[in-house]
Parts: sequence; structure tokens; C-alpha cells
Amino acid sequence: MNVKNYVRFEFKSLAENVSFARSCVAAFASQLDCTLEDIEEIKVVVSEAVSNSIIHAYENRCNEKIMVMVSIMDDRSLEIVVEDHGKGIEDIEKALEPAFSSDSSRTGLGFTFMKSFMDEMEVFSQPGEGTTVRLKRRFKENEQKAYA
Amino acid sequence: MEIDLKLIRNTLVVKIQGELDLLVAEKLRREIDSKIQSQQIKNLVLNLEKVSFIDSSGLGVIIGRYKRMNAKNGHMYIVGASPAVEKILFFSGINKLVPLYRSEQDIINI
Repeated sequence: MNVKNYVRFEFKSLAENVSFARSCVAAFASQLDCTLEDIEEIKVVVSEAVSNSIIHAYENRCNEKIMVMVSIMDDRSLEIVVEDHGKGIEDIEKALEPAFSSDSSRTGLGFTFMKSFMDEMEVFSQPGEGTTVRLKRRFKENEQKAYA
Repeated sequence: MEIDLKLIRNTLVVKIQGELDLLVAEKLRREIDSKIQSQQIKNLVLNLEKVSFIDSSGLGVIIGRYKRMNAKNGHMYIVGASPAVEKILFFSGINKLVPLYRSEQDIINI
């Protein structure tokens, strides 16, 4: 499987950039000719991953960096990687539990949305070094036509 | 994001326009809470007709306000959610706590 196209961008850990990140990824993913519903789900997924980096990894410090890389593979799959160099996750298994949040004022649904809207999700994290979330979704050939 | 708060007797109607994500969640929470604390509010209506996007940060504000209204024996309603927003509300299960209506008029007609 080869990378057909990719885009990589980096930005400051500001809440203003959450919308920028999801719009960029959505615009790039639209090359796959997927449905509007698919694009909406991808926007939610990116929003959750980037928000996690800002809130949990960097604890709202706005001078840190977040990297997003999106690739379209030649089998019509989309891969999204979101990387930060924040505090990392001590217990990944616990963090992935539905409705778990280290912050009681939050819903803890971020990873649940990512897992549900994508086909694959991998979380790599090292306390004190950062977290990388890799998400993958496959689109069938002519999926849009099938929905039409 | 634009937030318009209107108090009609003991009902607070909050109209939100734009995307309900991390950037606006805190502002929205503060504005609603300041009204809930300072006024005798029995009903909270969130009008999402002009909300084009919502994620878990936005859901957090809704669940938090539901808990506050519930604690003071008040009621909360959501109106006008688009299909995309409604899908996220259903996915989170918020619809089991806060009833969804098509329009503000539908609540008046209850």
C-alpha cells in the first residue's frame, strides 16, 4: 500500500487552531469523494484529537506545538496522525474507557468518537514525552455513488 | 461564534451561532452560568438552529448545564439541532437527558 498524497502541518496549541485543523483535514479528505456525513465524522475525530492535546497533554499552555499529518493511500484509505510533546498518558487503557476523563468537567467521549468514527485507532504515549494518535478509515471504491 | 441570551419570564433562551467546540465552550459556559446564578430561571432552552458543528467540548457544556438545572429542579430543552449536530447528541446519549425539539414553538405547544 502506497501513499498517494499527504499533507503535514504544525501549529500552536491554541483553541483557535482546533477549527483550522479539522477544516484542513476535511478539505484534504474530500479528495476521496466520500459523503458529507463521512466528512462531518472526520471533522469530529480531528477536533477531539487536537482538543485532547491542548487540554490534557499541554494543560492549556498555548505556546506548545501540535503536528497533524493526513495521508491518502492508494487503497482509498485515510490516515490521520496527531502528535504532541505534552505530558503523555500514564494509563492508556483507562484513558480509552468510554466516559473516562482526568477532568471531571469534561465528558470523556473524545476517544470514543475517534474509535467509533474510524476503522482503526492506535495511541502511543510516553509519560513526560508526548502522545501520538494514529487513526485510519477505509473508503470503498465509489462509495459516494453507492449512497446516491 | 455568537451567543444571544434572552430571558422570557423564568425561561432563559440561548441562541448559538457557529461551531460549538473548545474555543467557545468556556465562554458559553460562563455566560449561561452567570444568568442561572443571578436570575430565577426554571427553564433553559438551547437553540442550536445555527450551530454547524459540535464536539465533546460542546457536549460537556450541555451536560454541565443540564446537571445545574436538574439540581435546582429546573428543565432544559434543546431545539433546532441540524441532522449532523443531532447525530452527535444522540451518539452521546444527551437526548435521554435533555429532550430535543424542532423549534421553540414546539416547546410552547407542549
